Amino acid sequence: MNLKIQEPKELGSPETMAPVDGVVSVATPPPQTSEIRKYLLGRGSSSVADSGFRWLMLLCAVSIFGIVALIATELILRSNLSINKFGLAFFFKQAWDPVNGDYGALPFIFGTLVSSIVALIIAVPLAVGVAVFLTEMCPKVLRGPLSFLTELLAAIPSVVYGLWAVFVLVPLLREDINPFLMKTLGWTGLFAGPNFGLGLLAAGVILAIMILPIISSLTREVMTAVPHTQREAVLALGATRWEMIRMGVLRNARIGIVGAVILGLGRALGETMAVTMVIGSRPEISHSLLALGHSMASVIANEFSEASDDLYRSALIEIGLALFIVTIIVNAFARLLVWAVTRGAPARAS
Amino acid sequence: MASQYKTSAANRIWRTTANHLASGLAILSTILVIAPLVAIFIYLLYKGASSLNLAFFTQIPKPVGENGGGMANAIVGSGILLIISSLLGVPIGIAAGIFLAEFGRGTRLANMVRFTADVLNGVPSIVMGIAVYSLIVLPQKHFSALAGGVALGIMMIPTITRTTEEMLLMVPNAVREAALGLGVPNWRSVLSITLRTASPGVITGCMLAFARIAGETAPLIFTVLGNQFWSVNLDQPIAALPLQIYVYAISPYDEWHRLAWAGALVLIVLIVVSVSLVRYVTTRGVLKGAS
Repeated sequence: MNLKIQEPKELGSPETMAPVDGVVSVATPPPQTSEIRKYLLGRGSSSVADSGFRWLMLLCAVSIFGIVALIATELILRSNLSINKFGLAFFFKQAWDPVNGDYGALPFIFGTLVSSIVALIIAVPLAVGVAVFLTEMCPKVLRGPLSFLTELLAAIPSVVYGLWAVFVLVPLLREDINPFLMKTLGWTGLFAGPNFGLGLLAAGVILAIMILPIISSLTREVMTAVPHTQREAVLALGATRWEMIRMGVLRNARIGIVGAVILGLGRALGETMAVTMVIGSRPEISHSLLALGHSMASVIANEFSEASDDLYRSALIEIGLALFIVTIIVNAFARLLVWAVTRGAPARAS
Repeated sequence: MASQYKTSAANRIWRTTANHLASGLAILSTILVIAPLVAIFIYLLYKGASSLNLAFFTQIPKPVGENGGGMANAIVGSGILLIISSLLGVPIGIAAGIFLAEFGRGTRLANMVRFTADVLNGVPSIVMGIAVYSLIVLPQKHFSALAGGVALGIMMIPTITRTTEEMLLMVPNAVREAALGLGVPNWRSVLSITLRTASPGVITGCMLAFARIAGETAPLIFTVLGNQFWSVNLDQPIAALPLQIYVYAISPYDEWHRLAWAGALVLIVLIVVSVSLVRYVTTRGVLKGAS
């Protein structure tokens, strides 16, 4: 009996935070529609206005389907030319030759994948660390300001990250970090070749900084959704705090954390401005992370306004279409995972 | 597992060490995450504040080679774009949220709408830019402020829908029943009772969406194009603050870099103020524990 009362004090109640965009909050259980309400709704002289209102709201809700469908049809229609000309080979070809009208998306797919993977490798451990610190270890006084700061990272516009990356991160990489990596890890072949500062590694690092907030806030959310009884059970067996976190919390939240990581991946795949500014804009496939590259989003941002002929533009739109489809699949998958974990969770305490 | 936790002294030391190590790593990662944020802000303040002056807010860009000039046209342009996008995004977003919370609760349609909204939220902004380009710019054959506003407006919808729904769900049913019991028509009760009660939270959602699109650049590149001169014509290319920052940042001129930093500072202040305001509102009063 008494256990229940002391539980929030002992382990810290889930804390409140402003919703970051793209974050699914743990839904409160919907209040039940009572009999009285049904009765009252069935009567009344304003049934015309009421049903009109209802239909209007329905229309707006359904318009969201409309928007997605419209985006899809526009992209398919406008990329028709390139789809017909190159077919599936478009995605496996290295050529990018606007002069001769020969286009292939492979270098861009490569750049997008590599920069996103680098970003995930850097961001995931850090994000999970932050989430563990904020939910399980942080003193209450610090929790508010710290979570606010990580949320603030999410609010900084992409172009400002890009600006900072161009003038601070890239020189830092070029002068200090890259030479160090070349010296210590040069034998792997991943850090070879001319050192521009710009390139796939720079893009990966700035992407990591940008997707950290979303991964850590979602991870925090699924960790908060783990029932306190799980933590208490592990602690009661004599576990240390880390063992409690590992066995009681992380193990229970792992599917949700995977969902959060995939959602972060979705962000990284479609991120445009910051990547465009530091990736180097060269459609090449190279084994080195220090080499210049190009990503799917950055080639569109860079070349779309100068695409003079229809085939050129249509090839760029086809890259956009591929990006659209991939991000939809990735996002849907991640949402399903996060939803599966937080669905049965108790409402967050205030 | 069991053999691993024999109560030998060595084992206890190992477990305590692992515990401290993990704590240390968690603290370290928090510091590593906060560090770039602090670095960005300090650098931004340092670079931006030194190049911010009155001319920045009152003048339009000067041609290359001349010193001075400002981004007055871009600030006004961004304002116009945000107004257009809010006019489009806020009503649709709130209405869709009302449908999810008040009419579609628990239905399959509502679940599908919610899911689609979440997925739409994840669509890259550059893709949104292409779609609006081929929807509005290509048929019209010229770039326009309106096209940019539409692209940004569409991006606002999912965030607003989801927050509105969540906020409405927290309004107790007794409030709705009290209104209906007094003979208030349902539409009136939804608008002036339920939505009104939830309004601080709904406004929060709108501000968050606002803060997000205020810094969007990618969908603007080929919808509004940017403009070096004064223009408030909705049917013509218009300047926008994030777009101007981008163009100046990748230019080779120091004077333009200076302006880019000043612009970034203005943009960040705008966004941080609105996010902090949102946080202030959400952590007190009616909404305590709400979001």
